[in-house]
Amino acid sequence: MSKEIALEMRKVSKYFGDLAANRDVDLTVYKGEILAVLGENGCGKTTLMNMIAGIYFPDAGNIFINGKEVVIRSPKDAFAHGVGMIHQHFKLVDLFTAAENVVLGIKGEGRYRKKTINERVQAIADRYGFHLDPQKKIYEMSVSEKQTVEIIKVLYRGADLLILDEPTAVLTPQETEKLFAVLRRMRDDGKSILIITHKLHEVLSVSDRVAVLRKGEHIATVETATTTSEELTEMMVGKKVELNIERPEPKNTCDRLVVKNLNLSDVEGVQILNNVSFEARAGEILGIAGIAGSGQRELLEAIAGLQHLSTGEILYHNPKTDKVEDLKNKTPLQIRELGVRLSFVPEDRLGMGLVGNMDIVDNMMLRSYRRGHSMFVDRKKPRDLAERIIKDLEVATPSSHTPVRRLSGGNVQKVLVGREIAASPTVLMAAYPVRGLDINSSYTIYNLLTEQKERGVAVIFVGEDLDVLVELCDRILVVCGGRVTGVVDGRTTTKEEIGILMTAHGQASENKAQEDETDA
Amino acid sequence: MNMLLTYLLCAVSLGMTFLYGSTGEIITEKVGHLNLGTPGVMCVGGMCGCFAIDIFRDMLPPVLLVTVAILACFLGGSLMGLIYSFLTVSLHTNQNVTGLAMTIFGAGLSKYGMYNLTKELLDGGATGSEAQTSFLDATKYFRYPFANNEKLQYCGVMFFLAILIALVAAWILKRTRLGLHLRAVGENPATADAMGINVTAYKYGATCIGCGIAALGGLYYAMDYAGTAGAYKDIEALGWLSIALVIFALWRPQLSIIGSTLFGLLYVASAYLPTLFGWKLPQHATYLFEMLPYVVTILVLIVTSLRKKRENQPPASLGLSYFREER
Repeated sequence: MSKEIALEMRKVSKYFGDLAANRDVDLTVYKGEILAVLGENGCGKTTLMNMIAGIYFPDAGNIFINGKEVVIRSPKDAFAHGVGMIHQHFKLVDLFTAAENVVLGIKGEGRYRKKTINERVQAIADRYGFHLDPQKKIYEMSVSEKQTVEIIKVLYRGADLLILDEPTAVLTPQETEKLFAVLRRMRDDGKSILIITHKLHEVLSVSDRVAVLRKGEHIATVETATTTSEELTEMMVGKKVELNIERPEPKNTCDRLVVKNLNLSDVEGVQILNNVSFEARAGEILGIAGIAGSGQRELLEAIAGLQHLSTGEILYHNPKTDKVEDLKNKTPLQIRELGVRLSFVPEDRLGMGLVGNMDIVDNMMLRSYRRGHSMFVDRKKPRDLAERIIKDLEVATPSSHTPVRRLSGGNVQKVLVGREIAASPTVLMAAYPVRGLDINSSYTIYNLLTEQKERGVAVIFVGEDLDVLVELCDRILVVCGGRVTGVVDGRTTTKEEIGILMTAHGQASENKAQEDETDA
Repeated sequence: MNMLLTYLLCAVSLGMTFLYGSTGEIITEKVGHLNLGTPGVMCVGGMCGCFAIDIFRDMLPPVLLVTVAILACFLGGSLMGLIYSFLTVSLHTNQNVTGLAMTIFGAGLSKYGMYNLTKELLDGGATGSEAQTSFLDATKYFRYPFANNEKLQYCGVMFFLAILIALVAAWILKRTRLGLHLRAVGENPATADAMGINVTAYKYGATCIGCGIAALGGLYYAMDYAGTAGAYKDIEALGWLSIALVIFALWRPQLSIIGSTLFGLLYVASAYLPTLFGWKLPQHATYLFEMLPYVVTILVLIVTSLRKKRENQPPASLGLSYFREER
């Protein structure tokens, strides 16, 4: 390959305290290529990219851009060298139009003409095939449109090297395909693209080469065409990992939870759930797929009794008494006593379910403090439970008395899920239980859910990764904008089918997706 | 008819006091700082202006005297703004508490200062010949060119300055890069920071300039609209109305011009409406009339929150301190 080198990093290291986030990393990016940076969570992918983008300053090592050694001290310096980074969390002003966001912070004439900037932004969008209205306000945009604005923002500043931090985490499969088409077009235009991801199939489909990081070190850079997902995983994890999720056939299924015509509006009168009906069966994992914020959270909260329903009923078939009870009239506490358990992992992980400043034992007690006989709390049982969870789920913690907020994300989630499972539930609702977890921890959680299913628990699993949903769940309920758009069989469905159901305008987006496929 | 015209003119010119206050407050709020210190700022500004006149009245020709007074007033207000922004921007103190403290401090300070300045005037109860030899004599310069016109006497230089400042502020906020950056800071400081905008500089700058503009309202009221020795006692109450006017005007200086007139009409209604319509009202009913601007503001708040239009909402980060994310 006789390509020109766009960026080279030599022996770059970064330490946070004693912890090495990156150690002696070498990385080379050529002009006109897509390089995927692959690695588990906490392996230093983002730190490494942040050093190129000027957010962190390397403790050791050199960075060369276009053959010249550079010092990047701030995002401004990075822009000056033609490096632009698209962060996972968008940095946009909601009230401004797309074009206004793009020109924000650029020095120029004091007065700006809306028409000129709209035209310029439109020109960039047309060149790379983005669909974007420069005059649309950010708050009216979908996630993928916002991402488009972010990308145009760095292109407008003349970036030749684009860094995308997990760009597909928030996109549907169709939107992802569209993004990849645009990235390929930018590559053909001579730009270099660094894409951070931990989704293997995306790496294989979009990148030219893959750089694998593990525990802050650069393991290898390989040509995508000559590698396999097994090989990449092995490099990532350092050992062979079985990537198949076991999915035993459901046994003795019976309806456990029947939701009928559920309607829910928020305080401002916006309808969040619209006529939602489904049933969750014992001994089965019911997946819920949908773009983030389509009402999944509210649905689970409604079942757990935390939301006030407008209309509809939630019927619970009590296995102990064989009676049917409507959960709508029960308090959250009564619902929990029936064995309906919610483990919700919100974006900040600790927001619901665990108290960050309390230790693992105290967090166990949150569920059992009512069970004492006197006014004093019983600490012994929660302590035993905490020890058991730490042992069974391999929670990495100094002791059971470490405040939960000091644990890493994966361990926090293990504690949360472990506690809910320990109560031997009849219905287990897990929302985003693997959010931000590395491959190993994720599979531990999947196995736990499958184990519960085999015990006859009705498991409801809200997930983000469609690949996992398709592999793990027996049935998948697809929601879009608070409506159920379909229930599909996990064994026969495809990601594409779910993706189409996930987008609001079912039919329209299907056509678009097909168009895009032919485009690409 | 004559009465109605007088009423209107009186309302419009009183409204300029609110207009200064609200334009200044809007600029401050656009960078995300809710400054409840505005009434105090206006008091201090008025005081600084009056002191400048008292010091320079024998030394400077009228044009310069007015200019110096306006500058002194602006500087006094900016200084208050500097204290406020040091506390809220650099030290991240709570904006509401700091603002209230500034108001209490400003009102107290100006009452102390103005009492010393107007002691003899007030003791003697005189405005005639004694006023001629005090700083109040300068009111006729402020009311130029209509000082001798009984109807238009309040429409002096500062009357037009208020409208000019409001229009310029509106234009800057809407059409210039400066305005775009300023609004970005108030909407989403983290984003503005990431885009290379100096958030701290914008916050300090806008707060100091905003406070300077608001302060002019105090001087206008003391030297033009009221033009009496005891005028300083009313400024604080008018300052609160200026803050209400910001909400009424939906954070737009151009709407503030209309709003200020309406507030003026309502505020002085008790003096004119009963006579106009021949109502017989007890003396204390005046207080109920003075309440009307706030009632209108609450109505506007209800209507805008019902309509839920994002453009009519306060800047998204109003009242929040900005910490740069650090590891």
